[in-house]
Formats: sequence, structure tokens, C-alpha cells
Amino acid sequence: MSAPADTLAVLKARFPRVAERASLDHPALDVPTTDLFAVLRALRDDHDFDLLSDLTAFDAGVDVSPRFHVVYHLLAIRRAAYVRVVVACESNDSPEVPSAVPLWPGANWHEREAFDMFGVRFAGHPDLRRILMWDEYPHFPLRKEFPLAGIDAPLPDAEVAAESGSRAAPAPMAGGPFVATPVDFNLTESEPRAKDESWTEKKEKPD
Amino acid sequence: MASEYSFPEAGARVARATAPEAPKGEFETEKMSLSMGPSHPSTHGVLRIQMELDGETVTRADPVVGYLHRGDEKIAENMTYNQFVPYTDRLDYLAPLANNMAHAIAVERLAKLDVPPRCQSIRVITAEMARISAHLLGLGAFGIDVGAWTVFLYTFNEREKLYKLFEELTGARFTTSYTRIGGVARDVPEGWTGRVDAFCDQFLPILEEILNLLTRNKIFMDRTVDVGVISRQDAIAYGLTGPNLRGSGVALDLRKDRPYSGYEQYEFDVPVGTKGDCYDRYLVRGEEMRQSVRIIKQAIAKFPDGPWYATEAKRIFAPPKDRILTSMEELIQNFMIVTEGPQMPAGEVYFEAENPKGALGFYIISRGGGVPWRLRIRGPSFCNLSVLPKVCVGALVSDVVSILGSLDFVMGECDR
Repeated sequence: MSAPADTLAVLKARFPRVAERASLDHPALDVPTTDLFAVLRALRDDHDFDLLSDLTAFDAGVDVSPRFHVVYHLLAIRRAAYVRVVVACESNDSPEVPSAVPLWPGANWHEREAFDMFGVRFAGHPDLRRILMWDEYPHFPLRKEFPLAGIDAPLPDAEVAAESGSRAAPAPMAGGPFVATPVDFNLTESEPRAKDESWTEKKEKPD
Repeated sequence: MASEYSFPEAGARVARATAPEAPKGEFETEKMSLSMGPSHPSTHGVLRIQMELDGETVTRADPVVGYLHRGDEKIAENMTYNQFVPYTDRLDYLAPLANNMAHAIAVERLAKLDVPPRCQSIRVITAEMARISAHLLGLGAFGIDVGAWTVFLYTFNEREKLYKLFEELTGARFTTSYTRIGGVARDVPEGWTGRVDAFCDQFLPILEEILNLLTRNKIFMDRTVDVGVISRQDAIAYGLTGPNLRGSGVALDLRKDRPYSGYEQYEFDVPVGTKGDCYDRYLVRGEEMRQSVRIIKQAIAKFPDGPWYATEAKRIFAPPKDRILTSMEELIQNFMIVTEGPQMPAGEVYFEAENPKGALGFYIISRGGGVPWRLRIRGPSFCNLSVLPKVCVGALVSDVVSILGSLDFVMGECDR
């Protein structure tokens, strides 16, 4: 089920600032930015974790610090074990971590996506551009302050925008989203009409 | 019979086929930039490849993805786990049942919830049927890409039979939304497993026929053998998974190596390629379909009785409708699950399922309650496509078509 117990112990002995992270399944590590590259290289070269399965980021919340975290899931093909490496970005305004592209070329697109969605920069990335949104897009959609409906943005092609007079406008939510809040569930908060997204096609969006 | 069409004179055709004379002493060519897609027949969806060509040889390839981006991960943060099931249909929309299962298992890992054996069996059968259906489409489309139309007609005939079975089970042919957290939407209908078994029996000889159309086909082999070779090292470095990784000789199959949903009970082989070219990837997919049939037949042979959802998970799986309508406690239970979502503890899980295209991963961060704080989808096609800049360089433009067909990607899952 898990990596040999000594993987974590060996790493913790070698990098004193590495801490074990709470996890419901795979062994997980909290790693400081300065040790990240060395830890990843040690995992790849000394502990068989040869496949970078996934690289992503998450936003711990608008008021939380450190706010942005980058998460690596490595797979050791030989013994089919995963390990999770989490690094917290030191700066909340311009989050940055070292790039893993020198270790795994496959990290290239993942890091571009994390940059695209969260605005996390990867130092040393060969070509850090947006990947899913268009290059000129001004927002980072997976940040928690970004509304589900979206925000006004100019269309990627200025010529088309001028010709058609259209914009990338927020989606009409028609009363939604009909969901509970993830924590402290209470009906006043989860009731969609009490939320900011209460505007519809007919009712103007409040500023 | 007089023809209405006028054919050009032979001389005219000759004139068109003759290249203009090259200026004396100038053989070096200019590099040309060519954009393939986003709606090219061989880009299977909306992928664009910005290529730089030297003559007909690709010197640089830059895939442009994101045309199908719908913000699934953002959407997931704003709805309950069960509400997200229909969105998983639209990831790898050629195998929605497998996506449904991967999502359900990931969330169940969060709750440390085990589903009963019958539910596991149903999920395995449907996931393997989805695999056959997805590989059939991949094969048919690959055939068309390299000029073999017939295969497509055969494979679609078989997919139609699978769709009928999906429809009978889930009510939908395409977007099945069949799983619920802690179970499936409904039990299998009477006699359905028998019909799946009958499908498998008649499918095997047809599969041989389909594969015989390609395996020793001179044109097909010319287009695929030694084309688009991905070495073992590259496949691992770029995070390839599924048939594309196994085509390069790495025997990683999560059904075998990290069994979930009871895959450890079934006997099946994991085919691997030797060279990692387009032909190997084709062979691996062909064999995987045979193995899927093997798994389905074993699962049906020992199809367990008993409940088909986790009966004890009262805060996760809604009770049967007749009990909701007759008992107060179940009514409240159903109301809470529908409005607040299946209740999960706080924590993080990462689960990858061996889907037809590769390892579909879900990384879920929960802070408790029925809505994820963050739900990350690791689309195998996204990783598989990231190898294109490496593998296309040095290939001919027509090889790029072969390579795209053999990588068998789906943009719904790449762009999410």
C-alpha cells in the first residue's frame, strides 16, 4: 500500500526541515521551497519514484498564509507506490517555486497549468506560458476569490472582438450555484439568492 | 452511358504535377510554419499543433490545447460530490463509466468506505465494457487516419451493441452518470449480465476479424512500424500512462499493481510493446480488449448477490425510494444527502484508476462536508499529449497523423 517506511525516515534525516504531512492514503511530506528540488531529486534517484504522476497547486484560502501550495504526486513504478510532496509558496503576492522540468520534462505542461490557474511561477521553467486559457487572459481562475460565474475579459482576438462587439462575459448563473458551503453549513449562506451571484440575465450584476 | 463529368486533359494533369524549376544553385529551403487543427480530421477534437517544417520534415511541434476548457475543477469546488458525477462523464467522453468509477472510488477513499462485492463487480464490468468501447473507437479512428476505412465500420457496429447494453443499465447511451458515492445509481436489470456475456462471446471472433484487417496489413504497417518511437525512458519522463506507456515496454497497469474495486480477483495479462512505435501501441490496445473480455467473463461467472450500495453509509448513500416515502428517518437521511451532499471527513486523497487512455487521477482536498475544497483531475490525455513536441520532431507530416492516432487521446479530458 505505501512506500517503505524508511523513505520518509531517510529523507527526514537528510533534510531536517522536511516534515511528515497528514494524509488519508499515501505517505506525504511538507517540504520548504529551498529543499524542494533536492528532495524531488532524491526521491527520483534514490527512492525509485521515477514517474511524476501529477503536479498541481491549491489555494488554502484568501485570508490564509501561506496561501498557495504546490503538490507533487510521484509514483514508483517498480513497487507501485505513491508519495505526495507539498510545498508552500513563501510569498502570497508572487508565489514561486523551483521548476521540476529538469527532473521530469513531463512537468512542463503541469507547471504551465498551475501558473495558468493559480499564478504560481516556476523558477527555471523553459517556457512558462498559459496553457488552457489564452495568453492575454488577465485572471487566475482557480484562485478562491475568482467567482464561479467568471469575470469580464477581452476576447483573445481583438479584431474579432471589435467586429462582433462581444466579450468573454460572466456566465448567467440563473440563481445558482445551488450548493452548500464546504464548511460551517448553514442555509443563510448556502441559499444562492443571498450570494453575490444572485444576478441573472434580466437583473444587472451588482458592482 | 454518357458521363456528366468532364475530366481534365491528360496534359493539364501533367502540368500540375510538375514542380516549378528551382533557381540555380539554391537547394536550401525556407522553414515553413504550418498549423494543424484545431479542426483537422486527425486531431480528434480540438487540438492544434503549431509546426515548423523543413520540407516535409517536422522540425518543431508546439501543441496548443485548451479549446475545450470548461473549468471542471472550479465547477467541482462549487457542488457536492454526487452533483459532480455528470461532469466526470464529460472528461473522457468515450468511456464515461470508467470515469464515474474513478471519481466514486476517490471520494470513497476519502471516507474510508468499502462498497459491497456486488457493487465492485458491477463497476468492474462496466469499466471494462467502457474500455472495449473506447479502444474500439480509438482503433477505428486510427484506421481512418492512416487510410483504412473499413475498420471503423466494424468497430462502430460493435460499439452500438455496447451502447444498447449501457442504455439498458444506465438509461443513457453516452453520458451515463452511473455511479453514486457509496454505490451505483441502480442495480443491474434482470438478465443483463447474461446479455453482456452473450455480447462477449460473439465479440471475440469479430475482434479477431477487426485486428486481422490491420495487424498484417502492408499499408498499415508501413505507416506505423518504426514511426513515432517513444523510448522507455521518455515515456516515463513525460508521465505517459496506460497503453501508451505499456507500448513503450513498461508493464505498469494500476489494475494489476494497485488493485482497486476487486481487480485482484481476476486473471488477466498486461500486454507490453517492445519498441514503443505506433504499431506497438496498436498491438497493446488490441490485446487489452481480449483481456477486458476475459475480465468481464470472470466477473459475470462469479457475480455476487447482496446489496449493490454501501447500506451502512447513512450519511453518504441515499436510501431506496420506497423507504424514503414511507419512513421518517430515511426521508430526513435522503433530504440531508441531497441538500448537503455526502458527508466526508477532512483530509486529502489521491486516487488513480487505470482508464482506457491511462491513469485518470483525482486529488481531493476535503475540509469536511459535502463539497470538496479542491478537486484536481489528472487527465491522462493531457500528459500523453505533452510528449508530442519530443516525438514529432524529425517525423514527416503524414507521420504526425499516425502518431496522433496511436496516442489515442481525447480532448475532453485533456482540457477539462
